[in-house]
Amino acid sequence: MTSYIIRRLLLAIPVLLGILFVTFAMARMLPGDPCRAVLGEHATDQICDAFMERHGLNKPIPTQFAIYLNEVAHGDFGDSLRFQRPVTELLSERLPVTVELGLNALVLAVIVGIPLGIVSAYWRNSAVDVGTMLLANTGVSMPVFWLGLMLAYTFAVLLKDTPFWLPPSGGMSSGMHLPPLYEAWNIAVVEGEGWYNVWAFLSNINTLNALVTGSWPELWDAIKHLILPSVALGSIPMAIIARMTRSSLLEVLGLDYVRTARAKGLRENVVVLRHALRNAMLPVVTVVGLQLGTLLGGAVLTETIFGLTGVGRTLYDSITSRDYVVVQVFTLVIAVGFVVVNLIVDLSYAFLNPRIRFD
Amino acid sequence: MQELSKTTIDSGQRSRRGSSLWHDAMRYLFRQRSAILGMAILGTMLFLAIFAPFIATHSPTLSMLDNPEEVALGIKRRTPPCIHLLGCPEEQPQHLMGLDSNVRDLFSRVIFGSRYSLYIGFASVGFAIVIGSLLGATGGYLGGQVDNVIMRVMDVLLAFPSLLLAIAIVTVLGPGLVNALLAIGIVSIPHYARVMRASVLSIKERDFVTADRALGVSQSRILFHRILPNAITPLIVQGTLGIATAILDAAALSFLGLGAQPPTPEWGTMLGAERNQVFTAPHLVFFPGVAIMLVVLSFNLLGDGLRDALDPRLNR
Repeated sequence: MTSYIIRRLLLAIPVLLGILFVTFAMARMLPGDPCRAVLGEHATDQICDAFMERHGLNKPIPTQFAIYLNEVAHGDFGDSLRFQRPVTELLSERLPVTVELGLNALVLAVIVGIPLGIVSAYWRNSAVDVGTMLLANTGVSMPVFWLGLMLAYTFAVLLKDTPFWLPPSGGMSSGMHLPPLYEAWNIAVVEGEGWYNVWAFLSNINTLNALVTGSWPELWDAIKHLILPSVALGSIPMAIIARMTRSSLLEVLGLDYVRTARAKGLRENVVVLRHALRNAMLPVVTVVGLQLGTLLGGAVLTETIFGLTGVGRTLYDSITSRDYVVVQVFTLVIAVGFVVVNLIVDLSYAFLNPRIRFD
Repeated sequence: MQELSKTTIDSGQRSRRGSSLWHDAMRYLFRQRSAILGMAILGTMLFLAIFAPFIATHSPTLSMLDNPEEVALGIKRRTPPCIHLLGCPEEQPQHLMGLDSNVRDLFSRVIFGSRYSLYIGFASVGFAIVIGSLLGATGGYLGGQVDNVIMRVMDVLLAFPSLLLAIAIVTVLGPGLVNALLAIGIVSIPHYARVMRASVLSIKERDFVTADRALGVSQSRILFHRILPNAITPLIVQGTLGIATAILDAAALSFLGLGAQPPTPEWGTMLGAERNQVFTAPHLVFFPGVAIMLVVLSFNLLGDGLRDALDPRLNR
């Protein structure tokens, strides 16, 4: 197992280097002049020269790359050109929104998708199975942004004045406010220093903040705002997980050891849930991990529709407004996160399936 | 006696003909209800795309304000659907899916949109399959350093969420339909490269390839005439499912304003342009979305059906 982990970690190194290079190159390849994109069309050449000088954008590309690598190695990611603030600070504000949304969507997808898959595998070809699979197939075929708009219309307009009304946009209602955790707990934190960004990150996960500080009205409000975007974002992964669980469980249910378990006289739910499901979960774990990419891509669209300022939305805005620094760092964080999750999935797969470890 | 031997030969020929992989696969495909549904939807979409000018009731880009007859009837923008058969007053002009914000007939726009959707799907996946399978086949066949370099580059491409990478590529190339489908093609290359490489790796060790090599057949001939034809099945399945994803991604790019530009009647563009009207004129968002869903659904159903039909391991 150890050698497998080491081999897998070593394989990730060239990929990470490649990601560093690609994020850097991508940010430089964006067409247009960063200076005029940030300072406006009317900036004079003189002002622009000073701007390029200050941000090191007039140096040769290899030098810029070396500077970038050095800065990344020191954890210094620079300031956003557009917001004139450290990118790390921006990240601690926006990443929590996406993480909260993504986790909710994924949890929803798993707790609905897996049982649906089990039910339709067990009652194969029944009306339940056909119905579920039709629903799942429709689920993977729906554009996230369309589903989001339709959900917003249904729950905010059609169900207005009913108890099922849900807010169509934003993270919390206006007037609701959650103080940062360090303020709520009277912990001395200096802005921009030490653990500040970590505290800010945790504080900005609204539901977590409200839960640990016991602010129940705010918690309910935050949850209500999360429901629609999570359902919209979670629908595709949910459908994929349901289909994967079904096909994987069907395969396992046909195996000899399941028949043996039945022949022993075990109860049906023990056979399916304890014996068959465990082995059927292997491919499902991989699929769940792979959904992260879908979730992040979908986050751009979901955040756009539901008026949330998360990583996806910020990245899209930064690409269109040529904010190199934000594009570079945000894509880097996303890509590294993606690689790390894939690594964890691979390792968990090896952990769950001994045959892989000894290959 | 003679009769008997003739029938034996006949049935022998029939069974030989009947047992080819493709014949079996097609027979199995036409037995699956979901695959038939997929083919039916896709067939309808193709029909609509080909005969769009005859089916559409109006021009997809013409504003009704330029139509004196309709102006005389006092048409307004974003009018909800009006179908005479379903009780819409006869004096009101008939628009099956209503009018959009620029007073254009939505039904005609949705019909013409099928052309763009199918075009994007086939073109971007076609591009990705050609480049991806060439890369995958080269890597898998040659092995060693070449394989290593190609596959690590593919890994890096796969490390970015595909839609975000496509957004970045379109931003570099400039917004537009062709650039959007190029971007979608590029981000899906790694999937085809991987599928192709895996097939080539398993096929190149087979006896008939070794025999070719022993006979001195050239490398390129082995690759293109022996290995590629045998590796094509998984590519077809992946490609069919890939078209579904490509159409969804293209619609997303257009929705964000990076794909087809207005007034092109592309479904994603239509959704993006009208998204703020969802609370007041939901039909403008509803119909293009349903159209996207149907065409994507058809490729998903067909792809699933093909996967089951072409998988020789599944006993039926």
